[in-house]
Amino acid sequence: MNKVMSDKKVIALYVLPAFLLLMVLVYIPIILTGYYGLMRWDGIGAMEFIGLDNYQRLLQDSTFWRSAGHSGLLAIFSVLSLVGYLIISMVLAGKIKGADLFRKIYLIPMLLSSVAIAQLWMRIYHPTNGVINRFLESIGIENTPLWLADTNIVLYSIFIPIIWQYAGFYILIYYAALKNVPNELVEAARIDGATPWQIGYKIKLPLIAGVIKVTIVLAVVGSLKYFDLIWVMTQGGPNGASEVIASYMYKQAFNTYNFGYGSAIGFFLLILCLIVTYFIRKLTASKEDVQY
Amino acid sequence: MGIDQSTEMPKRLSDKPIFQRVAKIILYVFLIGVAVLQLLPLVWLFLFSLKNNQEVFNLPPLALPQDPQWGNYVNVWTQGNIGQYFFNSVYITASAVILTVLFASLVTFAITRMQWKLSTLVLGLFMVGLMIPVHSTLIPLFNFFLNINLMDHPLAIILTYTAFNLPITIMILLGFYYTLPREIEEAAIMDGCSVHRLFFQITLPMTAPVVATTAIINMIYNWNEFVFVNTFISSDKFKTLTVGIQNFIGQYQTDWGAIGATLMISIIPILIAFLVLSNRIVEGITAGSVKG
Repeated sequence: MNKVMSDKKVIALYVLPAFLLLMVLVYIPIILTGYYGLMRWDGIGAMEFIGLDNYQRLLQDSTFWRSAGHSGLLAIFSVLSLVGYLIISMVLAGKIKGADLFRKIYLIPMLLSSVAIAQLWMRIYHPTNGVINRFLESIGIENTPLWLADTNIVLYSIFIPIIWQYAGFYILIYYAALKNVPNELVEAARIDGATPWQIGYKIKLPLIAGVIKVTIVLAVVGSLKYFDLIWVMTQGGPNGASEVIASYMYKQAFNTYNFGYGSAIGFFLLILCLIVTYFIRKLTASKEDVQY
Repeated sequence: MGIDQSTEMPKRLSDKPIFQRVAKIILYVFLIGVAVLQLLPLVWLFLFSLKNNQEVFNLPPLALPQDPQWGNYVNVWTQGNIGQYFFNSVYITASAVILTVLFASLVTFAITRMQWKLSTLVLGLFMVGLMIPVHSTLIPLFNFFLNINLMDHPLAIILTYTAFNLPITIMILLGFYYTLPREIEEAAIMDGCSVHRLFFQITLPMTAPVVATTAIINMIYNWNEFVFVNTFISSDKFKTLTVGIQNFIGQYQTDWGAIGATLMISIIPILIAFLVLSNRIVEGITAGSVKG
């Protein structure tokens, strides 16, 4: 038995296809991103080693920091929206008929491609024929907002479809976690006279703290690297008002052929995501001790 | 009233029936309101896909089309390359799903069933792969595919999808493999069954449910993927639906019916998959997220 199941050739045959793909297409590229970040390079010609110049430039690049600020703002919004998702999930996980159907309906936008969602919301926000401005006009509001062309509101306008897209995903996660809370605990608390509010806040919430922590990491990291809807709807515009780290990196590399500088931004993004993941996990570690 | 007054708590209901009923109604109105918000944009999309511009501009946004323009669908399907994009999406998605599920199953089998020293390290590398932002790999991957002549080739996309989906697929498979009883496999080895036969004829069929779940999750990810295709594919003949419709819609800036029909065609396969497989999709998304 042991001999058969520790046959080196078989193990290599089973593990290597996946392992090589992971190395060649995921790990080697992230190391190369760091390496290219030390170069001046237009993507076609020869690379020129310039040390940490790209990273120095990054520190002084106000456009980059403005984009990073937008990414940070998205992260804050996303974490705040988790509260709303959590409330919906707590309602759903109570004694609600059709909870299963509700959470499936909520999930539908999450299954659509970002391009389809972006194109759809570009029509919804359309200045004259979009459903929102048509409604605002019908109730007598003149000078309806230019949702995607106004530098003051464009970032918020893009955030709404992001909420719309991800709501079902987070509700699904919270719902599953809440349903896993042992019923005996809830019943015991009810018999002791706890109100539904107390049961939710003092019993269920601490018990799903681990899951909440995971969703905070997902929301923050997902926001910091966010790209898709922004790229299709505004390409970071107008005037950089919706530029984020990933869209700025993409433009530097594939629009202006600053592959070296683009790589430095990409490497910064990677490090940022890893550090943020580490710190959120560390900061919230104590809550994990709660046992069922 | 069709509202939940389950048999479990008749006493409490009679204690304060009116308050309870009103509270329940408010909760249902809230949940239904959220469901309407999630579905309304899609209903509006469907409605304007069947209208001509005159109706889009003059009728109220949610009015039914007076004379449904099914021709919009026929036109966009026959005029552009939508059929080609659709076909590309199908075979690229299918190839990547098959490769991912097969390679991931082989690795998971080797990690959970076979004895080798590096198994923990290899598993760790796959799990860390979950945290790597794709944008940080774009520039090196672009350069790599350029150098090995796979730029603008579907194989670049298929291999990239496979590599990036392996970690999440392995994570979901792992949970199932750990709970699977080993007696059958042990007996088979005792009887002189080879490892290959064991894997392909016994283990793989036993894991069919979780394989199906991961396949569906992979299918949705791949069908909707945007950045890789947008970056690595330039020929129209290789574009997938997600990227193809982005360019295609550009030509129809002003024809709302055509835009709506194009978007509907791109999301219908996902909506059908959801109607048929919603339980598995819910299960897969939950399994793929909670462990983060």
